[in-house]
Amino acid sequence: MSTLVLDSASRWFGNVVAVNDVSLSVGPGVTGLLGPNGAGKTTLMAMMSGFLAPSSGHVTLDGQPVWRNTDVYRRIGLVPERELSFGYLTGRQFVRANADLHRLPDAAAATERVLEVVDMVEPAQRRLDTYSKGMRQRVKIAAALVHDPSVLLLDEPFNGVDPRQRMHLMDLLRRLGDQGRTVLFSSHILEEVERLARHIEVVVSGRHAASGDFGAIRRLMTDRPVQYAVQSSDNRTLATLLMAQESVRAVSLRGEHLDVQVDDLGSFAVSLPGLARQHDLTVFELSPSDESLESVFAYLVAR
Amino acid sequence: MTSAVFNPTIATLALQALLGRRRFFLLLAFPVLLIGLVAVVTALTDGAAAYEILPRLGYPLVLPLVAILAASSVLGPEVDDGSIAYLLSKPVNRYGIAISKWLVALSATLVAGALPILVAALITGDGTRATALFVGAAVAGTAYSALFLAIAAVTRHAVIASLMFVLIWESLLGNLFTGVAWLSIGQWGLRIGHELSDQLPDPANLPWAIGASAVVTLVGVWFAGDRLRSFSLRGED
Repeated sequence: MSTLVLDSASRWFGNVVAVNDVSLSVGPGVTGLLGPNGAGKTTLMAMMSGFLAPSSGHVTLDGQPVWRNTDVYRRIGLVPERELSFGYLTGRQFVRANADLHRLPDAAAATERVLEVVDMVEPAQRRLDTYSKGMRQRVKIAAALVHDPSVLLLDEPFNGVDPRQRMHLMDLLRRLGDQGRTVLFSSHILEEVERLARHIEVVVSGRHAASGDFGAIRRLMTDRPVQYAVQSSDNRTLATLLMAQESVRAVSLRGEHLDVQVDDLGSFAVSLPGLARQHDLTVFELSPSDESLESVFAYLVAR
Repeated sequence: MTSAVFNPTIATLALQALLGRRRFFLLLAFPVLLIGLVAVVTALTDGAAAYEILPRLGYPLVLPLVAILAASSVLGPEVDDGSIAYLLSKPVNRYGIAISKWLVALSATLVAGALPILVAALITGDGTRATALFVGAAVAGTAYSALFLAIAAVTRHAVIASLMFVLIWESLLGNLFTGVAWLSIGQWGLRIGHELSDQLPDPANLPWAIGASAVVTLVGVWFAGDRLRSFSLRGED
């Protein structure tokens, strides 16, 4: 059982602050590191895996600093996002090389055991450059698991992996978490994180935006006010009708459109068609104007 | 802490990286062309004329180019694309990684750089001169491969930087200013070879040549290891 701790960790590159004063603690079980692209997930992962020095603050694994500390890799298994450039090796050779680098007493047995864990025994004698994305990902996980680490760090492990393989990988990570390992993976896809992780850390623009149980974060996200653009046969009439609704917070006229701010997504979507029909209005267009993940995150930060 | 010793797994991977890429054929072409050229010129004129190719082309150019190719092949691509993270996320001593990779680069430099110079020099006659040049090439190849490994560990433009060192510093400025010989790996090697045959030039003093070659080699490999200890993965930039 291992715990990875960031204590007021920041990292800047010249004038650009990539990670800003993040403190968090990752313990046993599966944790998702969620954030939009460019939020600093990769920088955070790099700091947690000892591949980047924090500009200020500390990153420690069970109390030991991670940076320039070669010995932490006895307990850490790292699955980088980078592609394998060892295409000329077979899957088995690659995993075996990893086992040898750890000087495992029985590297051959450990290699076979871990190939079985990721279900890659059969294609293991093929060269890496013949593998699909999902197979390469599984071999990378095998290589990271071969020394039975207590911590597994995965940077965007599901990127480019097809849905079936993704399910398979998720099952694997869930199993590893249930075994008491500290499993941390990063992703920019909400649904992905939701399906796998019970505990979630959200980063936005280099800041630690939210932390906790997935249900609580999901509720925060669905309860947030949402912007809609509506176009109808009579915008002014519709505006007065909408304003009377419990779920609507604000309505404003903007050219041909109505900008509507809604508190409760569900009841608004259900009530709008009936409301329009009752008053002989025709709704031409209803479009969410800020449904991007970025706006969801921005809300969390501003909260 | 693990100790800084030769790591056979790292060396095997480095060797596979060296042999598995297209650059290997380039590495092979240099010695073949050099020996071929010297053999042809020897056959058409005589050994004395053919020998001139070696101090003018083989030693100052082919040898360092082979060293650049070898050093950048064992480390360069992995550092460039970040896949060295797969090796570095292991409890393996970083200086041990540098030593192992350097030994592979050194072997390639000796086999594809120094050895062909010996063979070519032997074709032109005078075995003593050939041995002297080979010793010089072996010494210079040792220091070159360490220096170029260190360069490959710090910059993505390692091949360009190494070429500039060889072409501009050692060749161009070295020919214009004799003082450059004191800071030229190639000249140190020649000075050491001069002890065996006075047909080789005597550009600097012997203790300096030996000491400087040793320092560049040791510092180069140590520095490469230190850079690997501090290797940083950046986001997509």
